[in-house]
Amino acid sequence: MIAHTVFFYIFSLIAIVSAVMVTVSKNTVHSVFFLILDFISISCLFIMIGAEFLGMIMLIVYVGAVAVLFLFVVMMLNVAEQKGQWFSSRWDGGTHIPVGLLVSLIIFFELIIVIGGWKYKPDLLNSLSINISTEVTNTRSIGNVLYTDYIFLFQISGMILLVAMIGAIVLTYRERAGVKKQSYVKQISRERDEGVDLVEAERNKGVKIDA
Amino acid sequence: MLSIGLGHYLTLAAIIFTIGVVGIFLNRKNVIVILMSIELILLAVNINLVAFSIFINDLTGQIFTLFILTVAAAEAAIGLAIIVVYFRNSETIRVEEIKNLKG
Repeated sequence: MIAHTVFFYIFSLIAIVSAVMVTVSKNTVHSVFFLILDFISISCLFIMIGAEFLGMIMLIVYVGAVAVLFLFVVMMLNVAEQKGQWFSSRWDGGTHIPVGLLVSLIIFFELIIVIGGWKYKPDLLNSLSINISTEVTNTRSIGNVLYTDYIFLFQISGMILLVAMIGAIVLTYRERAGVKKQSYVKQISRERDEGVDLVEAERNKGVKIDA
Repeated sequence: MLSIGLGHYLTLAAIIFTIGVVGIFLNRKNVIVILMSIELILLAVNINLVAFSIFINDLTGQIFTLFILTVAAAEAAIGLAIIVVYFRNSETIRVEEIKNLKG
C-alpha cells in the first residue's frame, strides 16, 4: 500500500513536470523528449493501477510511433532551434498570455470542483455490463470483449487508421520533374507493332537501324 | 493522503489537461508544440477513463481508451502531414507568421 502511494506520487510528479517542460521548453526536440517521458510515466501508472495491456499499448503506440514521428518531423523541418526566444520574437503586447492563463485556471478549478463534489451513485454499479474478473488477465479479458462485443468499433478504428495513412501519403506526395519512373500502364499497353520491326536484310550489307 | 483513490488519478488528469490547454494558449513557437499539447490533453482523457474503469470495475473504459489511442495516432499522422505540406509551401510553421486565414 505504501509502495503504491510512493510510486503514484513519483510517477505523477514526473508526469506533471515533464508536461510543463513540453509546454515551456525552448527547444522543440526537448519538448518531444519530455513528451516521451510523460507517456512513459503515465504508462507506468497504468501498469501499476492494473491496466497492463493499455500501459504496454501506450508504450508501443505513443513512444514507439507517435513520438518518433514527431521527432522525425521536427528534425526534417529544421525548426529545432528557436534562438533562445521563449514565447515570441515580436512581442506585440502579449495579450493572449494572461487570457490563456486565466482561462486555463478557470478550467482547472472547474475540474477540481467537479472532482471534489463528485460521488458516484451506488445504483450505477447495477447498470454495468462488463465486470473485470479477477481470475483472467487484463489482456485476455480485453481481448474477450474487443473481438466480440466491440468488433464493429474495432473494424471502424481500423478503417480510421487506413484513411489516416492514405491521407498522409496523399498530402505529402510530391511529383518531381525529371525523375525516371516505371509506368506500368505504358508497359502493359505496349503492342507488338511498337516493339518488333521486321526488316528485310540484304546480303553483305547489314541493317541500318534508325535510332 | 496515504491511500490512492480515484480522486488522486482524476486530479492528476485535471492537472495534465490544464497544462495542455495552457500549452495551446501560450505557445508562439511552432505548430508542432501545439500538436503535442493536444496529445497531452488526450492523455489526460485516457487517464480519466482508465481510472474510472479500474475503480468502478468495468472494462468498457479501457476499451474506449484503446479507440482514443487509435484516433490520437491518426490525428498525429494527419496533423504532421499537414504541417509538412505547409512548411513546404511557405517555409515557416511559426504560429505568429501563419496568418493566411486572418485576412
